[in-house]
Amino acid sequence: MVGGTTILPLELSGVIARVRGKQLLGPIDLTIGATGLTVVMGPNGAGKTTLLRVMHGLRRISGGTVNWAVEDGAARRKQAFVFQSPIMMRRRVIDSIAFPLILHGMDRKSAKIRAEDWAIRVGLGHVLQDWAPMISGGEKQKLAVARALISAPEILFLDEPCANLDGRSTREIEAVLKQAEHAGTRIVMATHNLGQARRLASDVIFVHGGKILEITPADRFFNEAKTPQAKAFVQGDIVE
Amino acid sequence: MDSISTGLMEAFRLILTLDSDLVEIVLLSLQVTVTAVAIASLIGLPLGAWLVVNRFRFRRLTISVLNALMGLPPVVVGLFVYLMLSRSGPFGVLGLLFTPTAMIIAQVIIVMPLIASISHQTIRDLWAEYHDLLISLNASHAQRIKVLLWDGRRALITAVLAGFGRAIGEVGAIMIVGGNIDHATRVLTTSIALETSKGNFAFAMGLGIILITVAIAVNLAIHTISKTERASTW
Amino acid sequence: MKLPFNFWHATVAALFIATSAQAAEIKVAVTTSFYNSGLSDLLLPVIKDDLDLDVQLIVVGTGQALRLGKAGDVDAILVHSRKAEDTFLAGGFGTHRRKIMYNDFVFIGPVSDPAVLAKASSASDAMQRIKATASSFASRGDDSGTYKKELSLWVAAGVAADDLSTNWYHAAGAGMGATLNVASGMNAYVLSDRASWLNFGNKGDLELLYAGDPTLFNQYAYIPVNPELHPHVKTDLALALETWLVGPKAEELIANYRINGELLFTFNAVRN
Ligand SMILES: Nc1ncnc2c1ncn2[C@@H]1O[C@H](COP(=O)(O)OP(=O)(O)OP(=O)(O)O)[C@@H](O)[C@H]1O
Ligand SMILES: [Mg+2]
Repeated sequence: MVGGTTILPLELSGVIARVRGKQLLGPIDLTIGATGLTVVMGPNGAGKTTLLRVMHGLRRISGGTVNWAVEDGAARRKQAFVFQSPIMMRRRVIDSIAFPLILHGMDRKSAKIRAEDWAIRVGLGHVLQDWAPMISGGEKQKLAVARALISAPEILFLDEPCANLDGRSTREIEAVLKQAEHAGTRIVMATHNLGQARRLASDVIFVHGGKILEITPADRFFNEAKTPQAKAFVQGDIVE
Repeated sequence: MDSISTGLMEAFRLILTLDSDLVEIVLLSLQVTVTAVAIASLIGLPLGAWLVVNRFRFRRLTISVLNALMGLPPVVVGLFVYLMLSRSGPFGVLGLLFTPTAMIIAQVIIVMPLIASISHQTIRDLWAEYHDLLISLNASHAQRIKVLLWDGRRALITAVLAGFGRAIGEVGAIMIVGGNIDHATRVLTTSIALETSKGNFAFAMGLGIILITVAIAVNLAIHTISKTERASTW
Repeated sequence: MKLPFNFWHATVAALFIATSAQAAEIKVAVTTSFYNSGLSDLLLPVIKDDLDLDVQLIVVGTGQALRLGKAGDVDAILVHSRKAEDTFLAGGFGTHRRKIMYNDFVFIGPVSDPAVLAKASSASDAMQRIKATASSFASRGDDSGTYKKELSLWVAAGVAADDLSTNWYHAAGAGMGATLNVASGMNAYVLSDRASWLNFGNKGDLELLYAGDPTLFNQYAYIPVNPELHPHVKTDLALALETWLVGPKAEELIANYRINGELLFTFNAVRN
């Protein structure tokens, strides 16, 4: 924990997200407590991204409430988000990673020193001076993770951060996330990767058709899922 | 055509002899246009970005008005500025009519909507890309505008150069508000109009060729400075 | 957005240079015909030497020159349209009218001369010949002294305004040079001041066909703008310039001014 008041827990109650009358999500009732690494799972189009965006405040909700322990403005400053398709600024890798720090008032020099440190931690030491939009897909995702962690967020949302990574890079990112977790960062991550979920999750939210079907401690989810959809999902079957 | 080839020769002669009047005219053209484009960019670029990141009631109307203003005939702008700056107009006391400042004012009005409109389009695309990140990082409106202008700078140079192109070749408005006074407000375009009216087609063509050369030189210089042509960059 | 400090510095400096006034300068609205004569190129440097005065010429048609004077946007005017000048003075917009010099209008037309203007006996006769043969005629059709002169010549020749809305009469709505360009392009007749004609560079198949009728004389007059209406006008400088214009040095330069060997102006200022 980075000191001061905590923004957690996060409480969602009766949350509904709609697009032009079509309901995408909800109603959702959910509490994200102060510790743990929550993995959000579910088939494509289930609503994982929508749920994460609702929690982060990027998507307007049509009903219900999303409450942090502190007021929204203060809460936003202690969150970070890694998007499903990484957003690359038209800047060099090092400047992209340093961007959140500079945006929030740190002087350029110290920001760059910390950015370089983070780049090395996620394995981007060799492309520091490269143009961010030009690096490989996997490198972009590493950049996004470093850029999210550099401002030491209290909670970090990740939307399939390892989708483009090979096995080795996936393990590198996982190690970084574990370190962050130990340092007190609450992590909520969407992933399709069952192996990764087994390795990292303390608990699992299973989403299907815009609804949460299960919220369970990880070992229980993988061994004795309650719903047939979750069971099928865990076994790698097609979820109807 | 005879006038075109003699025009070319005339242009070479003028350049080679470095005719002092010509140098004065070229420098004034550049001074007026560069100042006008700089001011118009200072207003137009942030305005274009501001219109992207702010949702307000008359946003669409404002953008439509900007686009319509791009088509404003320079002569109308000239007349408007003339009526404003005339001694019997509201700003007559400033005594600015028939000065380079009056020409700069007219050109700012002519090119600002163009720069704002093009930058609005450019920034809109970049905003679509950056939107989630900047919102997620809690960037203020001013910071959003700053980041979009900075990261979009290479594309925005196109907007500025379009403004420069329109301004350097403009004659109707600056003729009216500048008066085409020798050694005071005479620039390349008004000289060309004058020489054409005197039937000195070759000389006018020569000046036209110099105008194009100056415009190309400025474009190349800007591109070189901004390194847009360097393959390794964006 | 961050640009080098030097850039803004230079911009501000450029603006400043643009606005800062030079030593002594005066703005005079003059007619296109006067400017096209090239006489000003000869006079202005001498005036600069003698009076340390920068004379800035705004070159426009007579009507526009008078309007600039009325609005107080210039310090004096030099025009050639007696009637309009009198109205201007009657309205109290000028202090007084000072005759400086005159030149003359000339009839220009195609070498083939279908209306046989070369044999005309007077300006009126020349006008009638053009009308009778319905030969193409290019008119200024603007707000200039030359156009006003042309209209008065048509009236004197007994040609009604209605007769001019025909297919042989072309109103260019433009300055002398542009109208000469039109005439050159169409091989049309045109009334021009002699100076503009002599200095014109695109003569094509045109030549001077008739001149000399005293009604074609073109009197230039200098009128300072009334400081009672416009306190900012530089009356002292306007009067200094007037004194110089009617002085012996100006007479010497004006009376001997030639284009292609031809004398152009007759100096007729009265000194007091
Ligand atoms: N802006 C939108 N307009 C219309 N439909 C939307 C919008 N955003 C999401 N949806 C729909 O909502 C549903 C949930 O989308 P979401 O992106 O949350 O799925 P997901 O679980 O993240 O899927 P994936 O695993 O493919 O990333 C999908 O059917 C999607 O098409
Ligand atoms: Mg998704």
